[in-house]
Amino acid sequence: MKQNSKSAAKDDLARLIARVGSSRDIEAFERIFRAYAPQVRAFMLQRVRDPQLSEELMQETMVTVWRKAAQFDPSRGTPSAWIFTIARNLRIDNYRRSRRPDFDPNDPAFVPEPEPAADHALETRDEETRLHAAMTGLPSEQRDLLKLAFFEDVSHSEIADRLGLPLGTVKSRIRLAFSKLRAALGDRP
Amino acid sequence: MTIRHHVSDELLLDYATGALSEGWRIAVATHLALCPQGRRRLSLMEMAGGVLVREHPPEPLRSNDDEAWISIKKRLGVSEMQPAVLQADDLAVRGGAVVLPEPLRSYVGGDLESVKWRPLGRGAYHMPIELEDESTKVRLLRIPAGKPVPEHGHRGRELTLVLSGSFHDGEALFARGDLEEADETLQHQPVATEGEDCICLAVTDAPLKFRSWLLRAIQPILGI
Repeated sequence: MKQNSKSAAKDDLARLIARVGSSRDIEAFERIFRAYAPQVRAFMLQRVRDPQLSEELMQETMVTVWRKAAQFDPSRGTPSAWIFTIARNLRIDNYRRSRRPDFDPNDPAFVPEPEPAADHALETRDEETRLHAAMTGLPSEQRDLLKLAFFEDVSHSEIADRLGLPLGTVKSRIRLAFSKLRAALGDRP
Repeated sequence: MTIRHHVSDELLLDYATGALSEGWRIAVATHLALCPQGRRRLSLMEMAGGVLVREHPPEPLRSNDDEAWISIKKRLGVSEMQPAVLQADDLAVRGGAVVLPEPLRSYVGGDLESVKWRPLGRGAYHMPIELEDESTKVRLLRIPAGKPVPEHGHRGRELTLVLSGSFHDGEALFARGDLEEADETLQHQPVATEGEDCICLAVTDAPLKFRSWLLRAIQPILGI
């Protein structure tokens, strides 16, 4: 079996998060911390500019990783997608005062995934690699738009304003980009 | 339950990046609670966000990791672990009688029985939901079975999420979990399906434009 070191490292991280989730493994958590703290701290600093605040937000991210580790589901996404989603949400919460409501998987009204997640587990191993390749293949106008959305935390209508594009153009670029990415990952609708 | 009308990619992207403000976010999050397909699309977007961050990594800041680790370790003891996601079987045991999913239920203050309906006239009722963020108006609507919502257009965006019963808008049928996105270009007249009142969550960012002069006249009083 051929496997590059990058995806092996990713599997390793998923396993570390699982160990934190199941048995509060502090050594596993320290390895996650060592791997991600510098990146997350820098990610915070890109937007908030204040080193002290970036440090606090990084620590908050890591404590959230510890707290929510049992909720991480490797069949639904990669460790870095999960960690940076937590980081991005905390960064936004910091400058927006209102609440950021989210669905709750433990809610009795929550409709769970119909198929067992285990079916996905093996093939999702290199999903991030495939997604990365598919994103490289996107036209630059679509890639640039995704970068603006994820790096500047702006809505699609703000992106239209910034780029001086009609809203319809921005919408169709977003739809085209994600239909390609979904196709690249196979059966994801 | 199969969702027929899904959240659009552009709205879901705003959700994924966190750019969506509170009012819209309640509607999209509640739709996602009912829609596994939408959550799979969301997780792909989150993965794409992760890929972009790793492709364009900011200069890692490694300076004070040891100090940070000491201060984090102190906080781990006091912060509670959150439980793992429940499996489908566990949920089935608990029954599916809850009509309002989270996060909506917390905003309402309970399930349907705690809704304090206020009459809108013609048998329709609403309950406005108060938010800190005032850029949108959020309300539950109850449209009597077989009756139309007064025909209206929009100055901005409107999201309607069906929670109970169903409505027709032209040819399209919207039932529990379905999300309708409307904007300035749409003049429409949703009609509740016969047999059951239709309960929806409606989010708008500008007052609706009613065709009827009478409704326009009393609109400020109703606050819709």
